[in-house]
Amino acid sequence: MRPFEYSRANDVPGAVKLLGADPKARFIGGGTNLIDLMKYQVEQPARLVDISRIPLNKIEELPNGGVRIGALARNADMANDPLVRQRFPVLSEALLAGASPQLRNLATAGGNLMQRTRCYYFYDPGFSQCNKRTPGSGCAALDGINRIHAILGASSDCIATNPSDMSVALAALAAVVRVEGPKGAREIPFDNFHRLPGTTPHIDTNLQHGELITSIDLPAVPGSGQNFSYIKVRDRNSYAFALVSAAVVLEVDGNQIKSARVALGGVAHKPWRTAEAEAALAGKPLNERTYSEAAAIALNGAKPFEHNRFKVELAKRTIVRACATAAARGKQA
Amino acid sequence: MESKEVTRRDFVGTAALTGAAALLPAEAEAQKQSTASSHAAPHTTEVTLRINGKEQRLSIEPRVTLLDALRERLQLTGTKKGCDHGQCGACTVVINGRRVNSCLTLAIMHDGEEIGTVEGLAQGENLHPMQTAFIKNDGLQCGYCTPGQICSAVALVEELRKDTVSFVTPDVRKHGPIQITDDEIRERMSGNICRCGAYPNIVAAVRSVYEGSRA
Repeated sequence: MRPFEYSRANDVPGAVKLLGADPKARFIGGGTNLIDLMKYQVEQPARLVDISRIPLNKIEELPNGGVRIGALARNADMANDPLVRQRFPVLSEALLAGASPQLRNLATAGGNLMQRTRCYYFYDPGFSQCNKRTPGSGCAALDGINRIHAILGASSDCIATNPSDMSVALAALAAVVRVEGPKGAREIPFDNFHRLPGTTPHIDTNLQHGELITSIDLPAVPGSGQNFSYIKVRDRNSYAFALVSAAVVLEVDGNQIKSARVALGGVAHKPWRTAEAEAALAGKPLNERTYSEAAAIALNGAKPFEHNRFKVELAKRTIVRACATAAARGKQA
Repeated sequence: MESKEVTRRDFVGTAALTGAAALLPAEAEAQKQSTASSHAAPHTTEVTLRINGKEQRLSIEPRVTLLDALRERLQLTGTKKGCDHGQCGACTVVINGRRVNSCLTLAIMHDGEEIGTVEGLAQGENLHPMQTAFIKNDGLQCGYCTPGQICSAVALVEELRKDTVSFVTPDVRKHGPIQITDDEIRERMSGNICRCGAYPNIVAAVRSVYEGSRA
């Protein structure tokens, strides 16, 4: 790790000021991804602003049934929180599916949103061709080993995927990311938080330098949110990233779906929601044919690469499995 | 002390320096220099860590990980460096009751906090119940992952007593005591890997302590 300056911020304005003063400064909350990247010299901040002691870790109710999660809430605490487990169980499941107990104890909500891709070519500076690390240098994954890479929304500049389980659930829940920066506070709808690679893969999110994530708001979902599932398909039973994952929340009325949320992980540069697939579920009966038709629509236009062709069919089946699991849940708690 | 028992660590450390000086003068000189300068590194800060109940003051650079502070600065070598990237769990310690990977956090970030390492488990000659259980159930072979396994398991039992859920728990919406299946133990220990494959015995050790604590 290269040497760096270290400051500790005690409050949000102080944190914003410290970061704004230095274009090469980064916030550190849990550090479980940033320190890893610094050891590999993928990230080389000149200054770390430690925000871990700022009191932003509360999880509280919002009027209208939603929940506000402080950006410094640890992943383990979010997953075990009674409000989250009761009202947004898909988020609890997604969090528990990720990483390991030790990592979940340190990793923060805001940090989880900011984690970088695990593309092998990005993570190892020994590979010179990576447009995300070095704009204009090329993409080694395009004709390299691209088993864990994207099948949707990619570009010829970058085919990396977003690795976060939490973000897949937040996408399905239409969360809102609240931030504060030098120009004041703003709210970023979840779909606008992470970017597609396009011609600028070196920019992962729409957060501006100097902005600090202060909380994540979960608005109440239509229905009870109790017909949910998070299905994660991976090479190991635990402690592995998703090849493909799906978060599903169904609003169920008798034997019919009233409305649906479906988000896919492991397939794109950001969690992938398809309005057409969700619309294809609405008003339909709870059966496998319904789910399969929606899954086919969700994967419309998928463009796999040499080593990840399996992801197209796998993603469809994962959606079907997630819908069936969500349907079977019922209101029992 | 007048007579000092020479430990293997002392012997190998001395032999390495002496041997290097005899065969490769230039390299040995450089090594000696770097050892000397590491104690006068620039931009060091005072950090106070409370380790196994004892206050330890260090003067270190911000980039020193908690793992390196424990092993290199405090000679608390029970905690192991397996991968140094948060992927094996051999570096697991307990901070304010939570198990964490000490390789992926900076010592300076934990200024003033309570840190428990494997060295703090036994009370004199009395082993911690988890240590006893690992021995009784033969939960180790080479022993390298073992301090991390034991620290992780001790924290796991506390998490279970607080009824925390895991990915394997059937319904996260339900509260109350968790049903401890082998799958639950494996999932909750999945952050600690063992190349020797002592897993079935580790699961048995954890189960025995949990059931003993609930009796």
